[in-house]
Amino acid sequence: MRHLLSTADLAKDDAILLLDTAAQMAATQAREMKKLPTLRGRTVVNLFYEDSTRTRISFETAAKRLSADVINFSAKGSSVSKGESLKDTALTLHAMGADAVVVRHQASGAPHMLAHAGWLDAAVLNAGDGMHQHPTQALLDAFTIRRHLVGGGSDAGTEGTDLAGLRVAIVGDVLHSRVARSNVRLLHTLGARVTLVAPPTLLPVGVETWPCEVSYHLDETIERAKPDAVMMLRVQRERMSGGAGGAFFPSAQEYSRKFGLGSRRLARLPGHAIVMHPGPMNRGLEISADAADHARSVIVEQVANGIAVRMAALYLLLAGNDAGAGSVPNERTSL
Amino acid sequence: MTTTYILRGVRPLGGEPADVVLSGERITHVGAPGTGGAAAGGGAASAPSSGTGPDRGADAGAGVVEIDGGDRLVLLPGLVDLHTHLREPGREDAETVWSGTRAAAAGGFTAVHAMANTTPTQDTAGVVEQVWRLGKDAGWVDVRPVGAVTVGLGGERLAELGAMADSAAGVRVFSDDGKCVHDPVLMRRALEYVKAFDGVVAQHAQEPRLTEGAQMNEGVVSAEIGLAGWPAVAEESIIARDVLLAEHVGSRLHVCHLSTARSVEIVRWAKSRGVDVTAEVTPHHLLLTDERARSYDARFKVNPPLRTREDVEAVREGLADGTIDVVATDHAPHPVEDKDCEWAAAAFGMTGLETALSVVQQVMVDTGRMTWADVARVLSAAPARIGRIDAGPGAHGRPVAVGEPANVTLVDPAASRTVRGTEQVTASGNTPLEGMELPGTVVATFLRGRATVLDGVPVDGAIATEGVPA
Repeated sequence: MRHLLSTADLAKDDAILLLDTAAQMAATQAREMKKLPTLRGRTVVNLFYEDSTRTRISFETAAKRLSADVINFSAKGSSVSKGESLKDTALTLHAMGADAVVVRHQASGAPHMLAHAGWLDAAVLNAGDGMHQHPTQALLDAFTIRRHLVGGGSDAGTEGTDLAGLRVAIVGDVLHSRVARSNVRLLHTLGARVTLVAPPTLLPVGVETWPCEVSYHLDETIERAKPDAVMMLRVQRERMSGGAGGAFFPSAQEYSRKFGLGSRRLARLPGHAIVMHPGPMNRGLEISADAADHARSVIVEQVANGIAVRMAALYLLLAGNDAGAGSVPNERTSL
Repeated sequence: MTTTYILRGVRPLGGEPADVVLSGERITHVGAPGTGGAAAGGGAASAPSSGTGPDRGADAGAGVVEIDGGDRLVLLPGLVDLHTHLREPGREDAETVWSGTRAAAAGGFTAVHAMANTTPTQDTAGVVEQVWRLGKDAGWVDVRPVGAVTVGLGGERLAELGAMADSAAGVRVFSDDGKCVHDPVLMRRALEYVKAFDGVVAQHAQEPRLTEGAQMNEGVVSAEIGLAGWPAVAEESIIARDVLLAEHVGSRLHVCHLSTARSVEIVRWAKSRGVDVTAEVTPHHLLLTDERARSYDARFKVNPPLRTREDVEAVREGLADGTIDVVATDHAPHPVEDKDCEWAAAAFGMTGLETALSVVQQVMVDTGRMTWADVARVLSAAPARIGRIDAGPGAHGRPVAVGEPANVTLVDPAASRTVRGTEQVTASGNTPLEGMELPGTVVATFLRGRATVLDGVPVDGAIATEGVPA
């Protein structure tokens, strides 16, 4: 694995290796001494063109726990609106000797450009690009699902397993969501059955070719699909106003009534079902406080798992090649 | 002193080999092989001819140059582009009138219509005359400026269309290209107003509200790669409205760079009703699909966007059956930095002057869907007629016949070449065809009997003598 750009690039074996490695990383994070020497002397640059303190901190923590040197490069605005072009920034990072670049960008495809335009030879890790992909989010979601629904709450015994037969409902603004795109591909690869639930205005033209089912009704999906996991997507307030593209639904109240997850719908889910959200949440819009804080909510745990998954991704991109593809023999002892 | 050119063994419009003589701005002879020398006055009849290409040895003595077509080279009327962005004034970093028209000559063109989205906009008699004069001074092709429909392409009030029509530039084509005249009342007024001087409104059909922030064709690919979609209906709905408006007011309408299957259907339907509508398609919409966007390579970013395979097939069919009248390049040069960046930040558009004929040959001629006579129609006669430059002493798009202006292009359909952006004559290298091997090369181009291209290379010396900056 040279870069991590899209979950569509991950074969099933790659995905399982990432999850298994994340499980090993997670085990180390239960220790008092959380830091590993694995990436000592390597430089990881967090190149963030969008504000996302949560994701940046998660990557920064992951890299530091692996002993990498971390440089945070926050570059607001696109190459058109302000300052330096993506190309010049990439050339600068190359000159500085970055080993990995974690990039968050509002333009779909920007990480692809960094990886393939020949500007730098660092490993590129997509931390979210436009409406395209956010692969580590999908990996941490899959990791969380596997732990709870395959491992019964623990990673023990989950090594090498996929998500075959599990049903996952992803609810909300699919149209603008890189989280939804990433999850549909990855969960499908891992054998889960995904249902996207959204008003038709928030589904892209072309969704019919995706490897999932599509529903316009959350209640119907809960009744018929009996999802093992429900993933609520953030709905941005600007989707309700008449900005570019106009309003996608009539009001917050109507959205909440038809697509929000509250205690009533929660009670109709199967008893073992888990509630997920990539954050940050709009409490009272797509998810009620009851549901967000419920015992079946794994939302806070998703954040912790994000660190383990990002450690795994950085490890496999930067050290995995040295250790030989598909295994982590030399590092296992130090984990 | 003008040079006389004897074109031996060339195939006018792809027909039987003939000798054609160009002398004193006109075609003076079209006859059987072997008759050219005598027709030219015998001056070069005995000169040795060494394969294809001009025999410069013969040039020295008699002012007569022979070009041996080897019974293979195809002679076409000089190509006419109805849709060229020359960028000057304003974006001389991308292209100038001089560099763009030189590229046009290299691509076999003898006339181009220069789009109005310059800075300042070509919306006054002064600016269109400036562009026209720059073209005249450059001397590579005849430049016919397109006038903006609305002031500053703003879509709010009509520009002084009459003044542009009456100017030295003689504007007949009006377009806000890049922007759509979306206000239906304004469009109606423009259609009506230009009737007074036999003008035509060339519409860039793009419903603005349906395409806010749009980056590429809306469909399977855009859904997957997360780029905001430009739905086909945004083009089709405007074309449908405009053909109905044109019918209602009895005006002439031209549809720019049509790109979807249903656009072809709508134009076909309108023509069947007798609406005075013409349509153009670009080489890139004849060849490429939106699958190219998967690379996020902004050289494939263009407006209207590359569409689906079904759309490509439909525009080919529409061109073959005459629903689409014209192939126009929409040549849109951009400096490297406007393309070598993330897709959303990149400019729309691609160069096309030097590759248009080859694309048409590959897609339409080599597949048997069109003849070279058809090529002459869609790349010369029809655009010249729509632009109203098909009459008068320097007319374009005329038959290859004695007495016609010597605006002709000589093409070698058996040759091929690999496209390299950095090797293009245009000042910009943003071609979507990078690395592709295309059939056909332009061997020579003649503008009123003067060679602007020989041996496939622009004839710089001849132009420089007319006072063009080096």
